[in-house]
Order: sequence, then C-alpha cells, then structure tokens
Amino acid sequence: MTPVSFIIEVTVGGLLTGVMYSLVALGFVLIYKASGVFNYAQGSMVLFAALSFVGQLELGMPIWLAVLVTVAIMVALAYVVERLVLRPLVNQEQITLFMATIGISFFLDGFGQEIWGSDVHTLNIGIPQNPIFLGDVLINQFDLIAAVVAGSLVAALALFFQYTRVGRALRAVADDHQAAMSVGIPLKSIWVVVWSAAGIVALVAGIMWGSKLGVQFSVALVALKALPVLILGGFTSIPGAIIGGLIIGAGEKLSEVFLGPMLGGGIETWFAYMLAMLVLLIRPQGLFGERIIERV
Amino acid sequence: MLYREVGQFKTSYAADQAIFPIMQDRIGLIIVLLIAFVAVPLVGNDYWLRTLLTPFLIFALAAIGLNLLTGYAGQVSLGTGGFMGVGAYAAYNIAIWLPWLNIFVVFALAGLVAAGVGILFGLPSLRIKGFYLAVATLAAQFFLGWAFIRVPWVTHYSASGSITLPAIAIFGVAINSSVSRYLFTLCIVSVLALVAKNLVRSNAGRAWMAIRDMDIAAEIIGIRPLRTKLLAFAVSSFYCGIAGALLAFVFLESVEPAAFDLDRSFQILFMIIIGGLGSILGSFLGAAFITLLPIFLNRVPTTLGLPLGTATISHLEFMTFGALIVFFLVVEPHGLARLWQIGKEKLRLWPFPH
Repeated sequence: MTPVSFIIEVTVGGLLTGVMYSLVALGFVLIYKASGVFNYAQGSMVLFAALSFVGQLELGMPIWLAVLVTVAIMVALAYVVERLVLRPLVNQEQITLFMATIGISFFLDGFGQEIWGSDVHTLNIGIPQNPIFLGDVLINQFDLIAAVVAGSLVAALALFFQYTRVGRALRAVADDHQAAMSVGIPLKSIWVVVWSAAGIVALVAGIMWGSKLGVQFSVALVALKALPVLILGGFTSIPGAIIGGLIIGAGEKLSEVFLGPMLGGGIETWFAYMLAMLVLLIRPQGLFGERIIERV
Repeated sequence: MLYREVGQFKTSYAADQAIFPIMQDRIGLIIVLLIAFVAVPLVGNDYWLRTLLTPFLIFALAAIGLNLLTGYAGQVSLGTGGFMGVGAYAAYNIAIWLPWLNIFVVFALAGLVAAGVGILFGLPSLRIKGFYLAVATLAAQFFLGWAFIRVPWVTHYSASGSITLPAIAIFGVAINSSVSRYLFTLCIVSVLALVAKNLVRSNAGRAWMAIRDMDIAAEIIGIRPLRTKLLAFAVSSFYCGIAGALLAFVFLESVEPAAFDLDRSFQILFMIIIGGLGSILGSFLGAAFITLLPIFLNRVPTTLGLPLGTATISHLEFMTFGALIVFFLVVEPHGLARLWQIGKEKLRLWPFPH
C-alpha cells in the first residue's frame, strides 16, 4: 500500500466518523438556534432514544413500529421538558438553563437505564458492517451508510426549515424571540416542536451509534465528541455542524496516526478540543456562527 | 426582634468598611467558628469527620475558587477538575522532591503551579466568550486529564498511574487521625475563605464584577480586561489547586486520575449553582448540599426497608439528583444563598408584616 493511499484511507475514515459526530451535534444546533439553550442533555437523549428503540425491538416489535413508538416517546419527552423545565425558567440566565439541561441529562441517564436495563444491547437493523475496497483504499461500508443517512437528514431539515410553515416559524423564533411572538407565533408550542425535532435527530444518531458501539452508557458520552464539532462550526449553523464534524473527524484520525506516537498516544481525548479552540481564537463565533455584534 | 441593626451606628470609616457590618452577623460567625473548631472535634465521631465534614470543607474551597471565576468574573469554566488535579499532582511532586518543606509551603507552591496553568488556559477567554468559552475550557479538562495519565514524571513514574501520597506533619505533629485531618483542613479553608471574602470587595473583585456584568462597558471605564480576566483565572485556579492538594493528601491518600475528571468539574459547578453564583456563603451551602445529598439518597431505601438492587439504587440516585437540580433551579434560580438572604430580610421585620 502506498503512503498516499494510506493517508487517503485515514482521511476518509476520519471524515466518515466526523459525519457521525455531526449527527449528534445537529441536535444541539437545532435547540440552540430556536431557544438559545445550550442543551447538554442531547447526549443523554441519544442514549435514551437508542435504549427505547432497542428495548422495543427486544420486545418483538417490528422495526417500523419501534421507530414510530420511539418518536412518540421523544415527542412526549419534549412536551414534558417544555412544561416542567423550560416554561418555569423563561427569562432566566443562559447558564441557569444550561444547568437545568444537565439536570435533565442526569435524570434521563438514570431513567432510561432503569426502564430498559444497563446491560449492553446489540442493535442490528441490517446495516452491512463489512469493509469494501475502492481501488487501494479500504472503507467501512457502515460508515458510508451513516454518512448518507446524515446527509439526507440535513437535507430533510434544510427543506423543513425552508419550505414548511412550522420551519419558517422556527427561523423567525431563532432570529428574534420577541418579534416572533409579536407577529403571533406561539413560542411554547414552537419549543415543543424544536425539542421533538432534536429528539428525532437523537433517535437517528442513537440508532447509528448504537449499531456501531452497541447500545450502552458510553453512547451518551459521544456528546462530548460532538461539543468541539459544535463550537468549531458555530452553535447556530446546521451546515457548520456538518463541516465542523468533517474537520474534527479527519483531524482527529490524522493526528492520532501521525502525531499520537510522538506524544505517547491517547491524544484523541483532547485533540479535537484544542483544534476547535485554535479556530475560535481566529473566529470567536466558530466557522459558520452568526457574527457576534456587541453593543453597550 | 433579634436580628435588627437599629442603633448600630457607623461612626468611623473602619466601621463603615467592616466585612460584617451587622453585629448579629459577627456574633453568628463567631458561634459558627467556635462550633466548627471546638464543638465538632469534641463530639464528632470518625465517620462524621472523615466522610462528611472533611470532604465538605475541601469541596467548599474548590467551590469558592470556581465561584470567584464564574460567579464574580463571569467566565464559565468546566475545567475545575483539571485545575484541582494540577494542584494535587504538583503538591505530590513537591513533597516527593523536597520532603523537608513545611506542608503549608508545599500547598501554597502547588496552588501557584495551578494558578500558572490556569492563566495559560485562561488566555483564550480574552477572545472567546460565553458557551464557546465553556466548551473551550473543556480542552483544559481533557488535556490535563490526559497529562496525568500519559506524562510519566507527573506520577513520578508510577507503573499503575495512581499515586500514594506521603504522610503529612506540621512542625513534627503527624496529621493522621480524623480529628487532626479535619482541623488541618478547617484552618486552611477558613483562612482562604476569609481572604476570598475580602478579595471580592477589593479593587480586583469589583473589577471582576464589572467585567461580568458588561465587559465592554467595563473596558470603557478603564478596567483592563486582560489583567482582570487572567487574575480571575489565576486566583480561581490557586484555590482549586489547593483544594485538589487537600483532597489528595487529606481525604483520598491515594489518587487516580479519575478523581479529577469531568464529573468532578460538574460536581463543583453544581455546588455553586445550587449554592448561589457570586456568593462565598453560597459556596459553602452548595458544597454541603451536593456532598450530603448522595449520602442521604443512598440511605433512604435501606432506612425505609425497600428491597432494591444496587443498580436500581444507583439509577434512582441519578434520577433524584437530576430532578432535584431542576427543581431547585425552578424554585430558586439564584441559589440557597438567595434563600438565606430572603430569610434575613424577613427576620429583620419579624414579628411585624411590614
């Protein structure tokens, strides 16, 4: 194998893993855009959705029914969160809301594992796992399919935001809460919609990550990988989440192969954060975030 | 009727600038200190001193450190665990290389090392703000956590990566019983808490609050953001570093890197949010709440005689913890310190309604 194709293989592998990170980061962006809440519980929502889904499959439901039931569960969750957490905390500081979502994440971690058990569940919905060769380069078929799923999800979200009535309302709310309210957009139901959308994204991410790692607690920790993606791309940008994921994924794999041996290995725990921080030093709002305008 | 400042006139500048201007507060503080220094060591048993009070004091110190940075200077940090770890490992290395050094000096030096690291990771705060900064401080947390495992001299080339701390002694008196450990911690924490209380009403503290409330306006009235923010990071990390050193030497005695992971950072952050941002008293209240809650939750099922498995108990603990955090935030977003303040206001008028 030539060094060039080795580099290509590592890069492509990284890019595809990066897309998987983007799947998780997307959920963060959706909620941050529409409500200004930095939702730390997104990782736990991924775990919770995956646990519910796999739990229902193990009860013998067909896949389509399990998907529908899990979507219903995530919508119900969004409603409960809006009712019990967001609505009483309207107009509080952002950090208070952030802390509240950490509380939600603790609750969901405990709740999901209590109901569906904390053992590792294997999830197989028929995605082929075997690697394929493109010329000299070895590519994992599963990652390829994950990339396609992520791509279609982004396309679907973009269409939803661009062309539906609710999508337009969401963009209005993201732009300016008060102006949106004054033209008659009901803020409360919009939040339920956003959290439901984030829940459905979490389900997709949960199915993909669950098929890759097995459905277990560590799936919730993938959120920690999604955070640098998020700040690199900008909190408010959906394309940013994808491109941030690609950069982080490729950077992480390349650094692991070429930089890791020099530093003693295991650098993937912090490399993504350092990379994101360096980008932030040049562009404080991330690559695609809205420009921060400061007024006194 | 008891808590009323009527008739307490401030007749000198010194009286006007006192830390505790109300006499009842001073008496209350003296009583609390007397209880903490005299009564508790006399009546407290080993279990109370070792597993409840000592960690409570250590975490209160770390919470004060984070509160200076997040509550007063407004820079959200998720790297507290890492900075505590720097203090612990620095103190360990200093104590190994210079065993004759007084333990207080060791701790102070460890705090300074942590402060240096804090300044380094505080540099991005000049450009990055808000949640972007919070996520960027995770870089500190993960990088430091990695360094504790992978850089061999940090753990003194220990094969397993965990370190066993040497025994400590002050002026020839060994600190090994639970009472002496408690008193040693209490001395350090009360002195540093007093320093913090004074610091936040000094020039530096006022500059921090100005930066927190609106950094551009603060800059325009002549506060230098560079110096102010970095000072906040340095002082905060100094406190966290000493708390980490105490945690290692006095409480844990043998340390693994996992003692200073992200969960630790969140634990300290919970303390200051539950206790109250921008309040020294709140740091203590929050630390007490977060330290005692898991112990309490652990005991409830056994006390009630519910036959629950350990997995169920740990899941329920997670759920209750999360639900309580949300509950507290909804009921009182400004924390326990605010409740205390409201209580004091009420007490001033009592027994009259207005």
